[in-house]
Amino acid sequence: MNVELDFSAVLTDWPILVNGVAWTLGLTVVSAVFGVLSGLVLAWIRIQAWPICGSFIKIYVELIRNTPFIVQLFFVFFGLPELGLRLSAEMSSVLAMVINLSAYSTEIFRAGIDSTFSGQIQAGESLGLSKFQVFVYVILPPALFKVWPALVAQIIIVMLGSAVCGQISTQELSYSANLIQSRNFRAFEAFIIAASVYLLMAIAVRWLLNLLGRNFVFKGLIQNG
Amino acid sequence: MVEFAFWDIFRNLLLATRWTLLLSVIALIGGAILAFALLILRLINRKTLNFLISIYVEIFQGTPLLMQLFLFYFGLALFGFDTSVWWSASAALILYTGAYLTEIWTGCVRAVPNGQWFAGKSLGFSFIQQLRWIIFPQVYRLSVAPTVGFLVQVIKGTALTSVIGFVELTKAGTMISNVTFKPFLVFACVALIYFAICFPLSWIATRLEIRFARA
Repeated sequence: MNVELDFSAVLTDWPILVNGVAWTLGLTVVSAVFGVLSGLVLAWIRIQAWPICGSFIKIYVELIRNTPFIVQLFFVFFGLPELGLRLSAEMSSVLAMVINLSAYSTEIFRAGIDSTFSGQIQAGESLGLSKFQVFVYVILPPALFKVWPALVAQIIIVMLGSAVCGQISTQELSYSANLIQSRNFRAFEAFIIAASVYLLMAIAVRWLLNLLGRNFVFKGLIQNG
Repeated sequence: MVEFAFWDIFRNLLLATRWTLLLSVIALIGGAILAFALLILRLINRKTLNFLISIYVEIFQGTPLLMQLFLFYFGLALFGFDTSVWWSASAALILYTGAYLTEIWTGCVRAVPNGQWFAGKSLGFSFIQQLRWIIFPQVYRLSVAPTVGFLVQVIKGTALTSVIGFVELTKAGTMISNVTFKPFLVFACVALIYFAICFPLSWIATRLEIRFARA
């Protein structure tokens, strides 16, 4: 057995890899923003005690959390055109990622909100704050502080999950690796490099989001005790 | 053109579900054995050993499962092993499951107060005896819920093996939708079957968590 690994054959195709990294990061940023925001909105709706809404959100969350992302993606890309909604591969990827992350972040926010002491909410209400103000100023800051690590982990999971989007020809990083290996047959090397880049991206994104959290999102909270 | 009845589609999907379940069981059992061994090695507390285990965990948690599957699919062949897709899918999923379970169980062991170890030591228990009689009974209670919860992730993970050509539920869904031209119906059924398998497990995990939190 004599295995020769040749990474240079893969690295000469670096523009393809860079394109893949750009797409992966782009998909992640867009879906993180929309996914987390919509998760926040859904978590808010859920605690309003409106009839039916809560049950619908619960069903949505459980449906998404208990099915594989690849099936959700195929459903959006192959299934929805049958209903007349034809999306490009890129749009389908973003939509599937947003739907996926939104369900998880709804659940994460719910856990954070539930842990807020109800006396604090009553205190806010007794100060004459509206329901919305109570949510934004009383419930949200400590909840966000508590769930930030879980949220960061989930965003990274979604980023790594986006590797599947290459299967519907979105040009993200795993698609790049596939493209390169189909040109020079250096499959093992191409995927080693792609996997390493994913690892670096995961570490970098985690570091960046933790920094962001500490310095911007709940900076005031830490100072105030 | 041949018309496919709903039952034809659903029955074939159910038949393919067997392989999803079997692969999940293989991944869980293999991963659990691996994680248990690594957990013990971690608790022995050797610096280099712990470092290596952490690297293993970081690599498998920090890269997409899809990349791991591709690496095993092409890598095993490159190094001269027989690459039936069963082998590469099982190997990748076992290592993936092992990494997560190692981390989950380590967390559970760390959750047991240090005094419990000291108490065992002061009673003259050996390392193995401390683990067997003092630590693991407590870890067991803590770890059941997250382990069952993670099992859902493993089952969903097996869907990715469809990409390297393993014919399980998702692959069967793709194939059937290619013949029937009913992707909406087929993928809805596929999702429903996954849901029927995963939801009870998620539900049990939540129940267990509540029960053990109360106790």
